Amino acid sequence: MTETESSSVLSVRDLMVHYPTDEGVVKALDGVSLDIQPGQTLGVVGESGCGKSTIGRAILRILDKPGQIVGGEILWNDPEKGSGSRPVDLTAQEPNGPEMRAIRGGDIALVFQEPMTSFSPIHTIGNQMSEAITLHQDKTAAEAKEWSMELMNMVGIPNPPQRFDEYSYQLSGGLRQRAMIAMAISCGPKLLIADEPTTALDVTTQAQILDLLRGLQEKNNMAIMLITHNLGVIAEMADEVVVMYLGRAVESGPVDDIFHQAKHPYSRGLLESIPSVLASGRERLPSIAGSIPHPFNRPSGCTFRPRCPSFIPGTCDVNVPQYLALGGGQQKVSCFLHHSPSGVEEVSSHD
Amino acid sequence: MIAFLVRRTLLAGLTTFVISIVAFLAIQLPPGDYATTYVENLLGGSFFNTASALGDQATEDQIRRDLGLDRPVFIQYSKWAWRVVHLDFGISIEHGRKITEIVGQRLVNTVLLALGTILFTWVLAVPIGIYSAVKHNTAGDYAVTFLGFLGLAVPDFLLALGLMWIGFAYFDLSVGGLYSPEYLDAAWSFGRAVDLLKHLWIPAIVLGTAGTAGLIRILRNNLLDELAKPYVVAARARGLPEWKLVLKYPVRMALNPFISTIGYLLPFLLSGSVIVSVVLSLPTLGPVLLRSLTNQDLFLAAAIVLMLGVLTVIGTLISDILLVIFDPRIRLD
Amino acid sequence: MIDSIPAMDGTILEVRNLTKHFPIKRGLLKRTVGAVKAVDDVSFNLKQGETLGLVGESGCGKTTTSRCILRAVDPTSGEIMFRTADGHEVNVATLPNREMRPLRREMQMIFQDPFSSLNSRMSLLDIVGEPLLVHGMTNRDERQERVAELLRLVGLRPEYMQRYPHAFSGGERQRIGIARALALHPRLVVADEPVSALDVSVQAQVINLLMDLQEEFELTYLFVAHDLSVVKQISDRVAVMYVGKIVELADTAELFTKPRHPYSEALLAAVPVADPRLHRKDRKLLEGEVANPANPPSGCYFHPRCPYAQDVCRTETPVLSEVSPGHFASCHRVQDLELTGIVQVDGEST
Ligand SMILES: Nc1ncnc2c1ncn2[C@@H]1O[C@H](COP(=O)(O)OP(=O)(O)OP(=O)(O)O)[C@@H](O)[C@H]1O
Ligand SMILES: Nc1ncnc2c1ncn2[C@@H]1O[C@H](COP(=O)(O)OP(=O)(O)OP(=O)(O)O)[C@@H](O)[C@H]1O
Ligand code: SF4
Ligand SMILES: [Mg+2]
Ligand SMILES: [Mg+2]
Repeated sequence: MTETESSSVLSVRDLMVHYPTDEGVVKALDGVSLDIQPGQTLGVVGESGCGKSTIGRAILRILDKPGQIVGGEILWNDPEKGSGSRPVDLTAQEPNGPEMRAIRGGDIALVFQEPMTSFSPIHTIGNQMSEAITLHQDKTAAEAKEWSMELMNMVGIPNPPQRFDEYSYQLSGGLRQRAMIAMAISCGPKLLIADEPTTALDVTTQAQILDLLRGLQEKNNMAIMLITHNLGVIAEMADEVVVMYLGRAVESGPVDDIFHQAKHPYSRGLLESIPSVLASGRERLPSIAGSIPHPFNRPSGCTFRPRCPSFIPGTCDVNVPQYLALGGGQQKVSCFLHHSPSGVEEVSSHD
Repeated sequence: MIAFLVRRTLLAGLTTFVISIVAFLAIQLPPGDYATTYVENLLGGSFFNTASALGDQATEDQIRRDLGLDRPVFIQYSKWAWRVVHLDFGISIEHGRKITEIVGQRLVNTVLLALGTILFTWVLAVPIGIYSAVKHNTAGDYAVTFLGFLGLAVPDFLLALGLMWIGFAYFDLSVGGLYSPEYLDAAWSFGRAVDLLKHLWIPAIVLGTAGTAGLIRILRNNLLDELAKPYVVAARARGLPEWKLVLKYPVRMALNPFISTIGYLLPFLLSGSVIVSVVLSLPTLGPVLLRSLTNQDLFLAAAIVLMLGVLTVIGTLISDILLVIFDPRIRLD
Repeated sequence: MIDSIPAMDGTILEVRNLTKHFPIKRGLLKRTVGAVKAVDDVSFNLKQGETLGLVGESGCGKTTTSRCILRAVDPTSGEIMFRTADGHEVNVATLPNREMRPLRREMQMIFQDPFSSLNSRMSLLDIVGEPLLVHGMTNRDERQERVAELLRLVGLRPEYMQRYPHAFSGGERQRIGIARALALHPRLVVADEPVSALDVSVQAQVINLLMDLQEEFELTYLFVAHDLSVVKQISDRVAVMYVGKIVELADTAELFTKPRHPYSEALLAAVPVADPRLHRKDRKLLEGEVANPANPPSGCYFHPRCPYAQDVCRTETPVLSEVSPGHFASCHRVQDLELTGIVQVDGEST
């Protein structure tokens, strides 16, 4: 067990998730690894379909049908149990068994993109919040109601007694997302998985929600796994970043390293292609050629090869690059520009 | 919400009014009027016996005056409507009896049969539909789907004959009809109710099978849609046990479309039940309606259509009210 | 309503006092009890070949404004003066539908959602060729040739002509939408959030494509978006909308560096910047929520959220006025406020 692994709340090791469909098997996760440290924010970026949501759901064991974990480990290391305890492998749990259900919503909570539809339209906000509370805590209905309203206050929902009895469609998008967050933190989770929590919101509301998450993190010392395709959000929120491409992590490291010394051609391309308010405007954006391959049509060797400007014929299309640390540092990358096919680090001149 | 209910009630009133006009016009439709028809009937429907027809001109005029048929149409309509409101639908030409007498008991039977069928359909379809959706694409789901198609494909009358034979041959039940002979004309009592239930199951199964199969399919598909919605994922992520989750959230949502169809069940069952009623010799409205139409007994036909129309309107109103209770999105509109 | 005026200043579109109210119906008889002021007295103009970006929070009326310009909805009042290719100026707002028809060749729309805006039962040839057919190109071979040309133009292979939209990715579908919009050689293209649904890498490709096409055909764009960085990338000028009104309009660089309206300042402060070294964590955040366009606040619509609001802001409605050449803002305090935009200091900013 490496050092990072032993200190992390959650370590995902070579996780593989497949969706067998009529047309073929979608290898949504194809050996992804990542670590989340207590109290820190791990940003997970990548384009649509690279498997970001699938990781979040695999951790909670609520994969959509027909998704299956076919390999790897998800090690949950409850920080309250002390360093002596052994981590629990979530992949070995029964998805709907009592252990997993206690972790789900209790220790690990989920907030996701659609604030519009993540509440049942025919139950009140209060009903759904109290449900989460009474499920994991020894509270009566009245106590749960009281705690719900306190949480609403905490996340900045004005007039909780009124909101408690309202339905989700009576709230604006921003308030709904706040309610969602209030519900997620209701049982004091040690890890919050936020899957595109602000993608459907306006910039001003997004800034408010991010601010709220940051404040709650500080107060409750909870780890956040922030899934998004918005690199700006990552830059402002994350301590560590994982860049994903086609079901694998291609690069990871401290946020500053990723934004200022990205090593993988995909991470670099992604960073260059985003329009920025800092840019001088009206100029062509460098863009990554081509588009993401069809999930049934994964390229051989390095999956980024067909779009890669630094493609090395004879190497990148034959061998699969390993995901290795650079120079013993915290940054990891999976690319032949930095490792030989045998896994030996190249003296990198491609910086 | 009040506005919604008031609007719906007004609409129901309006619909009833329109139906009554249609029924009234149906009576007016054939050449001549009640008086001519009545006299013709008295004379054995002989069109060629002009002498006696002429001779009875006086009688005819007399009847016409008595019934107010020489007055303008809207006055005739109001008089007719007034009588209808007091449950006086006139006299059946074919049977020569008061229509309420002919129809009354049969209407009650029809409604009972409809309720029985709905009950049978729901009790069977709801759990099976839920099972089928939650376990979708499993052997169980396929089996249910196959049986469902079978249920849709087998003609009702065949099923009726089959069930009658089984009931008769293996269970020694008196099949056919809704009551045993000793209860046929008896007043309502506990014994009669039990007897009714003993008879009701065969027609309820026969009439309900196709509907059940259809309902299972609809419920399964609705539920599959609902199960994929983010709020279900959110509830699951909260750690809710699966069965509790399914019953509390998606099932309630998936039932909404059913509630809104309650109103249409009655006319649907009636038109579908004619053959079955004949085969099983059920004393319901279906066969009477059929015969009144073939025999051009339009007074009877119009009365039945009117009653069914009104019952449908009431059914729709009830389903609207239920929807309002079940779905806050309508309630708070 | 056609009166020819000289095409001196190169203006292709002039919108004056455009207003669109959607009635709110309530109660037993569905009486009109009020109106959603979706677009409220909006004025701006567009020069041939330029791109005007239209930004603002959800529900501020961006889509409604663009739909009014194309007469997809009828404006409540106001004028939309469009200069046609042959030099006439027509008021689109009041033109009878029959006379709108020839104009539709010159004004086209690109939609946000590349998934639902294409008919899944039509092949690319039919989708891109439909406007050609509608406007009289009945010869099939001729149409096929033009469609092939259009597909090449937007970077799709003409061989794909017989395929159906589901066989394409989001970015490719958006290209199909663009090809379709360009089929009739439009002069004005209204693009409503054309890249919002796309992935970042594809977003860059589509933005580049739009800029290339603009150069090649001297297209004029009204570019609606809520993403300020995308707007900055493509626009020459930017208009900021808040609750149905334009609150600021200026050259792009100027608006981003020296905003004159507190709302623009707040929007800029909220944009996340992809640089962890900026440490913008202590910036001021806008509080509260967008006002309800059915029941806007008194005075300046922004006053309940504005950190600079004074008494006058609560009672009097500010007007959009020119504060420096080409820079318009509607704020009572426009003269005495020093607002911050995105400042670049040695590659860093605040
Ligand atoms: N229920 C499912 N059945 C089949 N394939 C699925 C299912 N859910 C996801 N996939 C496939 O798995 C892959 C990863 O999907 P996932 O939703 O994790 O991507 P994502 O990175 O979250 O994308 P986005 O940014 O669009 O949310 C995709 O190719 C997707 O098509
Ligand atoms: N057909 C309609 N009927 C009634 N109200 C409408 C209609 N269309 C739009 N509105 C209202 O008008 C206002 C402006 O809507 P519009 O779609 O123009 O906003 P937008 O700026 O395009 O928002 P978004 O960024 O969400 O697309 C909103 O309050 C909206 O609810
Ligand atoms: S007018 Fe007043 S309230 Fe409105 S933006 Fe200016 S300072 Fe703020
Ligand atoms: Mg996702
Ligand atoms: Mg819009």
